[in-house]
Amino acid sequence: MRSDNIVALSTPSGEAGIGVIRLSGETVIQEIDRVFLPFKEGALLQEKSGYTLNLGWILDEKGYRIDQVLVGVMKEPRSYTGENVIEINCHGGSMPVRRCLERCLELGIRMAEPGEFTKRAFLNGRLDLSQAEAVIDVIRAKTDRGLKLAMEQLEGVNSRYIVEIEEDLLRVNAMVEASIDFPDDVGDLDNEEARALLQGVIETMDRFLEAGKRGQIYRDGASIAICGKPNVGKSSLLNVLVRKEKAIVTEIPGTTRDVIEEYINIKGIPVKVMDTAGIHVTEDFVEKLGIERSLSAIEKADVVLFLLDMGSGLTEEDLQIINKIDKKHLMILVNKEDLEEKKIDEGEIENRFPGIRVIRGSVKEETGIEDLENALKQFFLQGVSGQDELEIMMNIRHQKALVKSRQHVKAVIDVLEVVTLDCLAVDLQESLVYLGEITGKTLKEEAIERIFHDFCIGK
Amino acid sequence: MIYEAGKYDVVVVGAGHAGCEAALASARIGCQTLLVTLNIEGIALMPCNPSIGGPAKAQLVREIDALGGEMGVNVDETAIQMRVINTGKGPAVQALRAQADKHKYQEAMTRTLFNSENLDLLMAEVTDIESEDGKVTAIVTRTGAKYECKAIVVTSGTYLKGKIIIGDLVYEGGPGNQFPAIGLSESLEKMGIQLERFKTGTPPRIDRKSVDFSKMIEQPGDEQPLRFSFISPEEKKDQISCWLTHSNIETHGIVMDNIERAPLFSGIIKGKGPRYCPSFEDKVVRFSHKEAHQLFVEPEGIDNDEMYVQGLNTSMPEDVQISVLRSIPGLENVRIIRTGYAIEYDHVISSQLKLTLESKKIEGLFTAGQLNGTSGYEEAAAQGLVAGINAALKVKEREPFVLKRSEAYIGVLIDDLVTKDIDEPYRLLTSRSEYRLLLRQDNADLRLCEKGRAIGLVKDDRWEIFQEKRRKVEEGVAFLKETTVSPSNEKVSGMFEEKNTPGLRDRISLWALLRRPEIKLDDLVKLGFVEPEHPDIMEQLEIQAKYEGYINKQQEQVKRFEKMEEKQIPPDIDYKDVYGLSNEALQKLTAVRPVSIGQASRVAGVSPADINVLLIYMEKKRRK
Repeated sequence: MRSDNIVALSTPSGEAGIGVIRLSGETVIQEIDRVFLPFKEGALLQEKSGYTLNLGWILDEKGYRIDQVLVGVMKEPRSYTGENVIEINCHGGSMPVRRCLERCLELGIRMAEPGEFTKRAFLNGRLDLSQAEAVIDVIRAKTDRGLKLAMEQLEGVNSRYIVEIEEDLLRVNAMVEASIDFPDDVGDLDNEEARALLQGVIETMDRFLEAGKRGQIYRDGASIAICGKPNVGKSSLLNVLVRKEKAIVTEIPGTTRDVIEEYINIKGIPVKVMDTAGIHVTEDFVEKLGIERSLSAIEKADVVLFLLDMGSGLTEEDLQIINKIDKKHLMILVNKEDLEEKKIDEGEIENRFPGIRVIRGSVKEETGIEDLENALKQFFLQGVSGQDELEIMMNIRHQKALVKSRQHVKAVIDVLEVVTLDCLAVDLQESLVYLGEITGKTLKEEAIERIFHDFCIGK
Repeated sequence: MIYEAGKYDVVVVGAGHAGCEAALASARIGCQTLLVTLNIEGIALMPCNPSIGGPAKAQLVREIDALGGEMGVNVDETAIQMRVINTGKGPAVQALRAQADKHKYQEAMTRTLFNSENLDLLMAEVTDIESEDGKVTAIVTRTGAKYECKAIVVTSGTYLKGKIIIGDLVYEGGPGNQFPAIGLSESLEKMGIQLERFKTGTPPRIDRKSVDFSKMIEQPGDEQPLRFSFISPEEKKDQISCWLTHSNIETHGIVMDNIERAPLFSGIIKGKGPRYCPSFEDKVVRFSHKEAHQLFVEPEGIDNDEMYVQGLNTSMPEDVQISVLRSIPGLENVRIIRTGYAIEYDHVISSQLKLTLESKKIEGLFTAGQLNGTSGYEEAAAQGLVAGINAALKVKEREPFVLKRSEAYIGVLIDDLVTKDIDEPYRLLTSRSEYRLLLRQDNADLRLCEKGRAIGLVKDDRWEIFQEKRRKVEEGVAFLKETTVSPSNEKVSGMFEEKNTPGLRDRISLWALLRRPEIKLDDLVKLGFVEPEHPDIMEQLEIQAKYEGYINKQQEQVKRFEKMEEKQIPPDIDYKDVYGLSNEALQKLTAVRPVSIGQASRVAGVSPADINVLLIYMEKKRRK
């Protein structure tokens, strides 16, 4: 299948030493020949062999030189995408790069969709399934930590861990098969040895699954809704967090004027922060609508951060709002600690809301913010054992496969002495098949279909 | 001087276990068939061990039988001992194993061949196969007889350029001092068939009169009457025991002292031997920490004093063989009747074959058995049957016959041969099957008899017995599922008390009751719930009920697997167009030309990543 020509800026936009524009597609070399004036006259790019760098100028529609450039030519199939690829190295600075990019667009070459170069690389067999999946995670990574884990996945770190489990399973499998096929030489299965190996496998799998859940949070992120009565300092808190942690640029706009959303990075976890409108009793229709939206934001959030005002104390209004919040998600920030006149006694909140995490600080003075971030991180990772140092990112498909594999290992252990070897072997095989889905040894058509789906092939 | 000697539909070259099945299948389907053998006295020769069956092999014999083949019937008639092995390891891996009387086995098979309609026998060496436009036309014998034919099945075993090796003694020969076949290799190579060398070996045969059995452990046969073929008469026959003894440190010392005289290590033997059936000197060297190896002393027949020493394959010089034997308890005064030897031979690289065992290159040329690089009588017979069937179907212009991996061990065997890298003599193992729980020896007839009938190999007598069994099993299943017992039933509660297990809480079917490990179908017969039936039927009902959960699991796996098997690769695919295939995959896929994605995924050197690339290529083509 021949694909159309695409172009994208492959270095970050803005001032830089050089800017690289990448193109891929069947006829990109001929297309660029139309706008490229080689330093050595008459030397067409299409006549060059692959892996050459060519000095010259990109010309505008009137034939004026836009920029002096180095053009890299890579011919199919020996390129990142497996197609003909052109890389234009322009001078840095936004103007030359932008003009060159525009020139490509004028030729009728379209802007690449996010990840489209990788998509083509995968479809042309330049990346395998697990690598392609990892690339998707890399593209979607929102924080450095998430990126690191995704990159490790791309390098196959996960597969290496899985191979260790696989070896133990294979050993048990070999014990079973030898006993079946060479009864004269091998004799019966040593149940105790098999059990010990399988128990070990289960323990390691559990460790991975826990670590995988932590990794998932680093990849997919979490959300916080900030709420409290009007003027308690919600917007200020949001501003402080955004300023301190450099907001993550996002295309998703705030859904309504009443709920303002920002993306920030808290201790490596991408977090969506929603600043809700003040919740209070009102007859005003517009306000009512805003409050409803706030309540829905509160429901969806992983953590609801309720702000209390040290100056005004715990009011009836506060209690009304708190009552609407599911206590499982609740965290309380007692604001305005810097005030002289404190209306909330030491321990009062803790007594009233047992088991709820309470942080004290001042948004205005920016105290307690570090405590807050640590508390949030802890909260996001709770339920996921924090004891282990193992850090991995596992995509959902791998996670499911590992869970399935574990089920089958468990099924073998449960009936080790009860069921005959031929039946034990069925579950043992299944556990290996599912592990193979992670290492890429098992063909998984669904996974390929999934990729086809994600990449919208043929559209 | 070559002369026109006659015309046949199918010519089978070689009358070993593969050739006999091939010739009988072809003749029974109705093709005029000629079976050519180097030696009429060598028909169905068992030049290696005197046993048939065992794990995976018993399943093969039952499958051959269900399809209307001969091996099962022939061994039932001539067995001198029968045992079920792997009894505690589950129905899927239980396997019948027979010790056959070698001479009687040959006699019975020879008689069957002579009595067969449409089948002629000829003693001659085939030296040439003629072909025209890539299609076989005739065979020519050494004496100049030319027989025209439409299809040829070559089952020349280990005879092609056979070379016998004992110590530093090397001479041309077939197994058991038969003549080797010299001319045929060249004829095959001339047609573009690639050959390679394999090696196998046998132990010395010893004189029963010189063995002291009091120092060995007796291995008797099973008490109850057993049989491979469901059409064989059920009768209890006298059984002859095998005997177990062990090698010892002294034995291993003798081997090591003479190791430089072992052709396996001196470089005389070049062919690759089977890992699963190593020679004794190989075992001693590789497992030097083991102080003893098991040796089974097996009778070769009733009216015959030769005994086979299973576990002592060797090509050491004769004097070393004698010293080795005499160091073993019970064999202190042993006398050798036949010396152990290794044999090197040409075999066909089996990836050149289609799943029908027809050559991809030469139309009408089929190969089967050890010639295809397998080891074992059963593996040979199974291939012979399939090759014979397909040769005949081709002549009759009927659809080819291919068994799937999920249908039969025969399917596993042939798919492996055609698809995988076979770099040592191939032995079938139950672990080679993904769906062992479905491919049991007890249900081979239920799996395959209908197919055998459709081909025309299952004749009326066999078909009637089978239909009767199938009907009774179906009725039995229905009865067990429909009949329920209540917890208050005294007989049932009495049984639970007796077995000291918790009783029923709800009314359940007898079928569900059987799922409890402690309840046997026999218990239900004793209580009067179930009428006793033939043991084969009872066994079938019990297995189907008890293992239903696992069997269902396996059937689910088959469904998943079939999806890949059914994804057909376009026959005209040019793998060079598939971007991103590894070089090795490109070469292997171009050579094997798998028919489906499933088969492609089993080709050695083709990684799942290659399969992804292939799937994407096909998907893109489809969407175009």
